[in-house]
Formats: sequence, C-alpha cells, structure tokens
Amino acid sequence: MSIVRGGGTKVGQPARCRVTFPAVRIVVAVKHVPDIQADRTLGQDGRLARDGGDGTLNEVDENAVEAALVVAESAGGAEVIALTMGPDDAVDAARRALQMGADSAVHVLDEAAAGSDALGTAHVLAAAVRKIAEDGPVDLVVTGMAATDGLTSLVPAALAAELGIVALTLAVDVTVADGAVVVRRELDHADETLRAALPALVSVSDRANEARYPNFAAIMAARKKPVAVWSLADLGVPPDEVGSAGARTRILAAEPRPARKDRVLVTDTGDAGAQLAAYLVEHKLA
Amino acid sequence: MTVLVLLDHTDAGEPRATAPELVALACSLGEAEGVWVGAAPLPAQLPSGLARVHRVAVANDWAPEGEHVAPVVSEAVAAVVDATGASVVLLASTFENKDVAARLGALHGAGVVTDADSVAVEHGTVVAGKTVLAGTWTTRVEVVAPLAVVLVKAGAADAAEPAAAPEVVEHAVAPSYVGGLVEVVERTERAGTGRPDLASAQTVIVGGRGTEGDFGPLEELADELGAAIGATRVATDEGWIAREAQVGQTGVTVSPRLYIGAGVSGAVHHRGGMQAAGTIVAVNNDPDAPIFEIADYGIVGDLFEVLPQATAELRRLRG
Ligand SMILES: Cc1cc2nc3c(=O)[nH]c(=O)nc-3n(C[C@H](O)[C@H](O)[C@H](O)COP(=O)(O)OP(=O)(O)OC[C@H]3O[C@@H](n4cnc5c(N)ncnc54)[C@H](O)[C@@H]3O)c2cc1C
Ligand SMILES: Nc1ncnc2c1ncn2[C@@H]1O[C@H](COP(=O)(O)O)[C@@H](O)[C@H]1O
Repeated sequence: MSIVRGGGTKVGQPARCRVTFPAVRIVVAVKHVPDIQADRTLGQDGRLARDGGDGTLNEVDENAVEAALVVAESAGGAEVIALTMGPDDAVDAARRALQMGADSAVHVLDEAAAGSDALGTAHVLAAAVRKIAEDGPVDLVVTGMAATDGLTSLVPAALAAELGIVALTLAVDVTVADGAVVVRRELDHADETLRAALPALVSVSDRANEARYPNFAAIMAARKKPVAVWSLADLGVPPDEVGSAGARTRILAAEPRPARKDRVLVTDTGDAGAQLAAYLVEHKLA
Repeated sequence: MTVLVLLDHTDAGEPRATAPELVALACSLGEAEGVWVGAAPLPAQLPSGLARVHRVAVANDWAPEGEHVAPVVSEAVAAVVDATGASVVLLASTFENKDVAARLGALHGAGVVTDADSVAVEHGTVVAGKTVLAGTWTTRVEVVAPLAVVLVKAGAADAAEPAAAPEVVEHAVAPSYVGGLVEVVERTERAGTGRPDLASAQTVIVGGRGTEGDFGPLEELADELGAAIGATRVATDEGWIAREAQVGQTGVTVSPRLYIGAGVSGAVHHRGGMQAAGTIVAVNNDPDAPIFEIADYGIVGDLFEVLPQATAELRRLRG
C-alpha cells in the first residue's frame, strides 16, 4: 500500500508526487521514555523497567515536533498528527506534542506490542501511518534521531523502508518547498545537503532547532484535541509479527556495571598537575 | 559460516580505521569476505584474512556522489548476501551504517544489534555484547533471525594487518527505486585531524565550556599522550571545535582506556557517550560538578594550571 497522494501510482512503486501547499499532512513519531536524569534499570528479562512513573517525551522528539510544526506553519497551516506506540503512559508523549501544537494524536496501545525491537516498532508505526493515510495522504513523516532508552537510531530508516519512501536522517536543518524536502546533515566524516521529493521521512537531530515551550493556553487547548487509540487488530498487524514474539534479537543477560573502586578526589594546592602525571604513569595510562 | 564486512572507505577509496578491526573480528567468527561499494578504486592492500572482496558497482548511470546513500549501500550488501549465502554482516557502528542496517532489517528480515563491543558465535547463533543505559549496564544479545547484522563499535578488536588484495568478485546492482529518489545536492568530506580517530582512540581528552575556547592546553597534553580530542556540545555549539568532536548521547560514543574531561560539567547527555571509559579523570574548578560523581581521579582546580603542569611533568618523568 502506498501512502502517497494523487493518481498514477504504479503498484509496488510510490509515485514521485507533486504536492502543492497548503495540502501537507505531517505525521510526527514521538516516544515516551524513562527520564534520563532518573535511575534507569533493566528487569530480569533484560527489558527496560518502564513503570518508574517518571517517563517523559524523548527529548529529541521535541525537536521533531518543532520541525514538523515549523514546516506546517510555513505551508500555511498544514495538519500535524503525533503518533506514539507504547503502554498506557505513552499517551503523555502524544499529549506533550499536542500541547506544543500538533492537531491530533494516535496512540497504538496493545499488550502484544510490548517487547518489540526497533524493527517491530517500525513495522507497527508503518501500519499506523498507512491507516492515517486512509483519511488523506501523508506527505512527510518526522522522527527524532534516536530514542534515549535504546539509542538504536534504527526506527527512522526502518519505518521509511517499510513505507517505501526516502529517509533523510540526522537533519540539522529542514526545509520543505515545491513538493520536496531539503535537509542539511553533519555526519562523522562529511557534511551533506540532500533533497528528495515528498513523500519522505526526515529524522532530526537535537541541533535542528530550539523546541517551543507550551504556554498555559496551549496546555488547556491540548486537552480538547483528539487522541485515537488503536490496537494491532485495528492496524491489521498480526500479533506474532511484533512484540517479544516477533523480535529478532533476544537479551540473554544483563548486569549493572560494577561500581568504580578506589576513586580519588583532590583539590589543587599547586601540584595537582604533577600528581595527575604520576597517577597516569603509575597506572600505565601514559 | 560466511561473514561479510562492509569495508567503509573515504570517497577517494582509503579504508576507514574501523575496516581492519572488523575484518579481524570476522575472521574470528568464520570465513571473512569484504564488500566494497562504489566506483572508488580498490587499494593495493586490504586487511589480511579476507577470503574474497566483493566489489559492487552501482549501475544505471548512477551519479557517483549518491553511491554512499543508505538505500544504495543496503541493496549492495543484500546482493552480496544473496550471492554468498552469508549469515552474518558486520558494519562499523556509525549513524550512516545504522540506516543501512535498518533497511536490511526492514526489507530483508535481518536481526540487528547496534553498538556492539564484542561478537561471538555460540551454539551456532550470533551473540553480541553491548553496554546500554549510558554505559551503566552490560548486556548480551542473541540474534534469532537467519541473517545477523551487527554494528560494531570502533576499537572492539585489534586491527588486522594490511595484505595484498585478495580475489575480487565483481557485482553490479541497480539502485532501488527509493535510492534513486535521494539527490545529493552537496557533499564535503572533512579532512582528518592528524590525531587518532575519536571513536576508537585509547585516550580521549575532552574540553567543555570551561576551556572558554582555548584548547591549547588540551592539545599539548594530547600530543604527549597520543590522544584524540573531543568536546561537549557547548564547545561545538560555540564553534570552538568541529561538530564531529562532540562526545555524548547525540554525538560520538567513546570507550577509551583513559578519558580526561577538562572544564566539563558531566551533564547526563555527555555522560551517555563516555561513561563506559576505563579510567575517568576530571579537572573542574567546581567541587559540585556532577562529573566528579563518576570520576576515578577528580581534581578540583583550574584546567589552565593543572593541564600544563601535568604535560610538563609527563615530559620530565618520561625523559
Ligand atoms: C537532547 C540533548 C542532547 C544533548 N547531547 C549532548 C551530547 O551528545 N554531548 C554533550 O556534551 N552535551 C549534550 N547536550 C548538552 C548537555 O546537556 C550539556 O549542556 C553540555 O554537555 C554541557 O557542556 P559543558 O560541560 O561544556 O558546559 P557546562 O555545563 O557549562 O560546564 C562547564 C564546566 O566547566 C567548569 N569550568 C569553568 N572554568 C573552568 C576552569 N578554568 N577550569 C576547570 N573547570 C572550569 C565549570 O565549573 C563547569 O562545571 C545535549 C542536550 C540535549 C538537550
Ligand atoms: N515506540 C515509538 N513510538 C513512536 N515513535 C517512536 C517509537 N520508537 C521510536 N520512535 C521514533 O523513532 C526515533 C528514533 O528511535 P530509535 O530508533 O528507537 O532510537 C524516535 O526519536 C522517535 O521519533
């Protein structure tokens, strides 16, 4: 199934579409994660304990929402739909996106999705984007560059692959004009500017923008915005394809790193540099 | 068991520092074969131990500047997997390669492990070791799919020695439809810093806001220790040093034997990229700086006093 607008779509091949503003619809994927400032632990099964009650919107996803809103505003008020998959609490991530300015939200909530790896997550999110596209074509999907829990950075490109669209990842700058998206990215060894016709997926870096802070009025307004709750059955995703059942990786063992021993804290009284040199030599680090 | 290694290289065709590490690791798992994507010429020497190298030309008048985009590289790797029946693919754990791995997972059914620091075959299945939650936990992860794609961190294995290039098998792939939609408007490859590669260096010295833009004392200590130089996001945001020097959650993850942080507060985002270091040294003039919570050797002091003295003393001690 294709998520693109317009006719002329050959089967199995998304069309190079022409999008004219202000018809843009944007889906922004947001994840609810345990707060990185709090103590995070793994359970016996090696899965992250997600019941600490101190979950929050994945920080970089605030940049993703901001990028989506800016594109929508420059397109004269396009529609922004926040999409999240996760347990009950995850709706908080979607709510935060609504407070920032997204128009509506979708929460994929299903016990069978628990324990999904990044590829399972992408599979479910792709099904959700296709369902969103039933009400009108989706032109742009925006994600963060990484979720701070697993830090895999796999979901964006996997989601785009499932949807049959281009992924322009790690954007520090995003511009949408004339039916195409242009992204500047800074990689380990190179700087690049990439361009692709819509529909496309963009993942944004924390350097892409400063995310807006919702004011009281925005927070109140968000309460009235619709949040659809969809199950795997609603998406037509067989439960054994995702969740722990469908995961292609399995955690065999997980252990906290042993505490650091023999730690030293000195206050410089004039010779700390020399002491440091001696420490490095003694420990064969220099 | 055939283990494919994606041989990352510069646009001009020089293998990246991680390539010989991955080849050595692949040789410890099974029969190692290399994958070389694009028109860049094969170097006269490649890491030793490769049984074959598969050179994949990207067909269809493809613009050479687009050869490295993820859809194209993943198609190339998938073609060689099909041709060789390989069951393991090793890639350097970079953001670009994560996009390649994600496509192999989504379109070719691979199981993917990111940021592995070890890889072994146990009872016929691939098991990777990795640290998670900002280096505070270690895990062992098993791949339960017929094709295992493992993204391996720099420095996870000793590099294989260079050797004459092995037998070359030529392949040609047409870029996938989606690959053809990516237009590379501009690409500028950055020159190396002349120092060890940040991600794999044994010693890393990181400067933060406390340097106030003067990395001189860090550079001199780095010369003495053969270290790579890294930075906090604040230091890169200020433009004091290039972006690729950023260590942390959204930058490079380092796990050197020795990390030295100077004028670095130790924000949680930064810790995420360095907490797995062997020994952590911190120099900060604020005794309450959070980095002291994780430092093996903490010095409350002025980096402009402490670092030059340490450099001078190291020179004296070592003659
Ligand atoms: C989504 C997100 C992602 C982020 N990702 C990263 C990341 O990947 N990497 C990263 O580093 N940050 C990242 N950050 C930023 C991070 O939160 C911190 O702001 C940053 O790490 C702080 O940098 P700093 O330690 O240089 O500056 P500060 O926190 O300002 O600390 C400077 C320190 O220098 C000390 N100092 C000052 N003068 C001297 C002196 N003369 N001698 C000795 N000490 C001195 C001060 O006491 C202070 O502790 C991210 C933030 C967000 C929101
Ligand atoms: N469960 C999820 N629900 C919604 N979006 C997600 C989910 N998991 C990952 N994402 C998106 O994918 C990005 C990268 O996540 P990851 O690949 O897990 O590091 C995040 O910044 C989100 O935008």
